[in-house]
Amino acid sequence: MSEDNGNRRDFLYVATAGTGAVIGGAAVWPMINQMNPSADVQALSSIEVDVSGVEPGTQITVKWRGKPVFIRRRTAEEIAAARAVTLDELPDDAARNANATPAAGETEAFAVDANRTLDADGEWLVMMGVCTHLGCVPLGDAGDFGGWFCPCHGSHYDTAGRIRKGPAPENLPVPVASFIDANTIRLG
Amino acid sequence: MAGIPHDHYEPKTGVEKWLHERLPVVALVYDVLMLPTPKNLNWMWIWGIVLTFCLGLQIVTGIILVMHYTPHVDLAFDSVEHIMRDVNGGWAFRYLHANGASLFFIAVYAHIFRGLYYGSYKAPREITWIIGMLIYLMMMATGFLGYVLPWGQMSFWGATVITGLFGAIPGVGSILQEWLLGGPAVDNATLNRFFSLHYLLPFVIVGLVAIHIWAFHTTGNNNPTGVEVRRKSKAEAAKDTVPFWPYYVIKDLFALVVILIIFMAIVGFMPNYLGHPDNYVPANALSTPAHIVPEWYYLPFYAILRAITFDIWFLEAKFLGVLAMFGSIAVMALAPWTDTSPVRSGRYRPTFKIAFWVLGFNFMFLMWMGAQNPDTVLLGLKISTWSLIGTIYWFGYFLVILPVLGWTEKTLPVPETIEADFDAHYPPKSGSAK
Repeated sequence: MSEDNGNRRDFLYVATAGTGAVIGGAAVWPMINQMNPSADVQALSSIEVDVSGVEPGTQITVKWRGKPVFIRRRTAEEIAAARAVTLDELPDDAARNANATPAAGETEAFAVDANRTLDADGEWLVMMGVCTHLGCVPLGDAGDFGGWFCPCHGSHYDTAGRIRKGPAPENLPVPVASFIDANTIRLG
Repeated sequence: MAGIPHDHYEPKTGVEKWLHERLPVVALVYDVLMLPTPKNLNWMWIWGIVLTFCLGLQIVTGIILVMHYTPHVDLAFDSVEHIMRDVNGGWAFRYLHANGASLFFIAVYAHIFRGLYYGSYKAPREITWIIGMLIYLMMMATGFLGYVLPWGQMSFWGATVITGLFGAIPGVGSILQEWLLGGPAVDNATLNRFFSLHYLLPFVIVGLVAIHIWAFHTTGNNNPTGVEVRRKSKAEAAKDTVPFWPYYVIKDLFALVVILIIFMAIVGFMPNYLGHPDNYVPANALSTPAHIVPEWYYLPFYAILRAITFDIWFLEAKFLGVLAMFGSIAVMALAPWTDTSPVRSGRYRPTFKIAFWVLGFNFMFLMWMGAQNPDTVLLGLKISTWSLIGTIYWFGYFLVILPVLGWTEKTLPVPETIEADFDAHYPPKSGSAK
């Protein structure tokens, strides 16, 4: 057998294996992708919430994208307590707020109270009601810091939803949210 | 079949010969049933039959339940109540299935610890051991997927917590978690795919069980002495063994009957004893039960998951806990290579025996701790600290004690043959061994 034939045979092996790999990948990818969120699940990505009935010191829980969202109207005491905390007291000093922008000269937004709330006065706190440890729903008006307490593994969050004690690694995340009029918050 | 020499199937009649030349299925069944089996197997060798029975029970009752169950978030809980109240005998099938899972895990833990004590994992049975570990992992996955289907509070929150483990993987975690769930949270897409996989995996287990049996039929069974069956000739092998049929079939079936008496008493009189009342509350995404507890058979590994409460370098505690949980099963799978002792059976290893029983106690202790609040204090230490101690022993047993004992331990004399050991216990002339 000549050298030419050997090269030709090698080429055919590699070409066949390569084509097989591409076809195999093309056949397998749809089978993997079908498990990703379907169109109707993705379509529920934005909702509007009427908050006209929420008095200071109370909160409502709404379901958004399958998860609870806490909307709390904080009292002056809660705001004062949250604003008295300095960054070095926080296990997680990142704002975790989809709406916050870093201050001039900073690369990330820090978890100061002003970076956690929806309005400048700090009255409205909107955040995911999902513990950042393993996904349980924390209880309101509970825990050592007057904010939220997760019953599953004992994480304590303060009145700005920041992790203070326990196994959770991060502050409760603030989703994309905005007031579209005085009484309505849009989530997403 | 390779291994211990024994008589093989010989077709005699014309019909048998006709079939045998076309499909030697009778020979396969004959060789499996007539396998020469060490004649000194004790009662810890019955669990294989119990496990095979459990697999059959779960598949049969499962297929029946599926005829009446509806995998939809609005209907699943009600359809389970429909099975309990309306379907003829439905309550019995559901309780058999739910408690059958518990029997399955009791049997698999007994089977695994039997293997650990008598060194069944050692050469040449490493493949049997590895396949067994894969079966065990599949059982854990199947049990978890099945527990989600009734769509009670524990179903929902168990699914949330366990899929959250995948979310802890750095980098790809959140993408992987969303892919597993089919959305941002546990919902209808999750329930449907869990149902599909819960139906699939038992048949994967059937395939793995066939390979498991094939592997140990090739090497021959281990036995309490850990001494290999002599296999130079048929006559020599026959001195160490008896055929599986009828001797062990009858023994195993007797053991199965005794176990089933207890099992049926639980199914009949206390079917919810091992369950959790919160799972009779329909799933609610906006409210977490005060105390999320997995089923009892996951508790030791749940305790290991929660034992890691500190970060190491850039790795978060949450991810380290997940690594420790999966790692605790991985180190068990590595036992054939970490155990350096030339003596197979724990019966002749005095120091190993102590380490083994501490491991057994540690396993029960971790199981208990998995159900406790991690902040509870026991003898001055938090449960999370005790769990860490238990976790360290678990890893230490497989990664330090097994290799070191192999080099340092002074073992007891091992019998020459299975026959010699058997005759020492049951002298041939005495009445007890007629």
